[in-house]
Amino acid sequence: MVASGYDVAVVGGGLVGIATAWGLAREGCRVVVLDEGDRAVRASRGNFALVWVQSKGLGLAPYAGWTIRSSNAWRGFSDLLKQETGLDVSFQRPGGFHLALSEKELEARADAVRRLHAQPGIVDYKTEILGHAEVKKMLPDIGPEVVGGSYCALDGHVNSLRLFRTLHTALNARGVSYRPSHRVENIAKEGGEFRLSTTGGEVRAGRVALAAGNANMRLAPMVGLEAPMKPERGQIVVTERVQPFLHYPMSAVRQTDEGTVMIGDSKEESIDPAGLRLGIAATEAERAVRRFPLLANVNVVRTWSAIRVMTKDGFPIYDESETHPGAFVLCCHSGVTLCANHALTVAPMIARGALDKALVAPFSARRFHVPAAG
Amino acid sequence: MFRRLDEKGATLLLKVDGQEIRARDGDTVAAALLAAGIKHIRTTPVSGKPRAPYCLMGVCFDCLVTIDGVGSRQACLVPVREGMSVETQQGKREAGR
Repeated sequence: MVASGYDVAVVGGGLVGIATAWGLAREGCRVVVLDEGDRAVRASRGNFALVWVQSKGLGLAPYAGWTIRSSNAWRGFSDLLKQETGLDVSFQRPGGFHLALSEKELEARADAVRRLHAQPGIVDYKTEILGHAEVKKMLPDIGPEVVGGSYCALDGHVNSLRLFRTLHTALNARGVSYRPSHRVENIAKEGGEFRLSTTGGEVRAGRVALAAGNANMRLAPMVGLEAPMKPERGQIVVTERVQPFLHYPMSAVRQTDEGTVMIGDSKEESIDPAGLRLGIAATEAERAVRRFPLLANVNVVRTWSAIRVMTKDGFPIYDESETHPGAFVLCCHSGVTLCANHALTVAPMIARGALDKALVAPFSARRFHVPAAG
Repeated sequence: MFRRLDEKGATLLLKVDGQEIRARDGDTVAAALLAAGIKHIRTTPVSGKPRAPYCLMGVCFDCLVTIDGVGSRQACLVPVREGMSVETQQGKREAGR
């Protein structure tokens, strides 16, 4: 069975893939989204849902500007989705905090902020370092152990599961063909089009956009691209719904629009499910209670671990193939934050057939070819 | 809605939102609430719709109440005790109480 007649095949049905597919459909492209089955790792279902600016870009200054571009575009993006689907993804941008539980943690944060903003060519925006009393004015329920924190007015969050549903609803309305259980096994370019062999049959398209998260590592070499990835595990603790009391999202604690409190910012190099231990979730919960003591009697309803999509250096990769013109790769950790960029900036580039170097050249995987300093 | 086959054994006293009700040793909190004629024991946190004990075997989580200060307990899984304090939950709970 061969499915053809598509301008673009998007490989990957996570947030990066479906945001890109929606953007392509808006440009008038006929789009097919090829997704794996439920055996896929599904990083997009396990994220923390921040639209986050502060701390992004230390080590690659243009990433800060790229992030702010998406953060600024998010309101318009969510309005467009609401117009099309009637669904509200609850994008809120009250600014966000990173709270410190010791002077040492606060100094480390202040130092990272200083180094980030001292980089040549960094976009100008403000991250404030605040003491306990200043934080308490905005977050009255902090515990006495919170010595202070960093605050950036550009930070926000969304309901990311609803975002997922909303994008799928919008794709469906625009006639995008979403094909689950189509794991891509091979990609070849023949007769001016891409032929994708999948577990659900062959699919042909004029262009291909790889948005398969960590699996881009396997797929990119098929079309002369590369995507060096280093997946990472995070664990999240989820509480019952309680009355709103956290009016700002934080790097390790946030309250959703429906009242649930999500806790967790852990990072583990091991992604082996057999190595999963409760100690990490317990530590996250303990630190959350030190930040907000009134969480102590709130019930936990579930915990989960999820795999983060992570490139080797943590920064996004956007590339187009020289050997297979029409093939593109998109990789990033922050699929929620950068969703607006993928839909409104990157997708139109793919529709035009060429990446805009002025915007995305710093994110080429060619940066990994610089010889390491001895 | 429900009537006990035998009212004689209902000798334990517990408080529901400050009102005393009688229950029988061996009742679950959910059974005691239903037998006392309390039809709705909470409203949901998102839509505010009323809920009552439903499955009575611990799987549906519709019978959540605050028992002796601990919130969102499954009333169908907790046996009554003399002097127990039960509070119905309206919408989202408040963290810290």
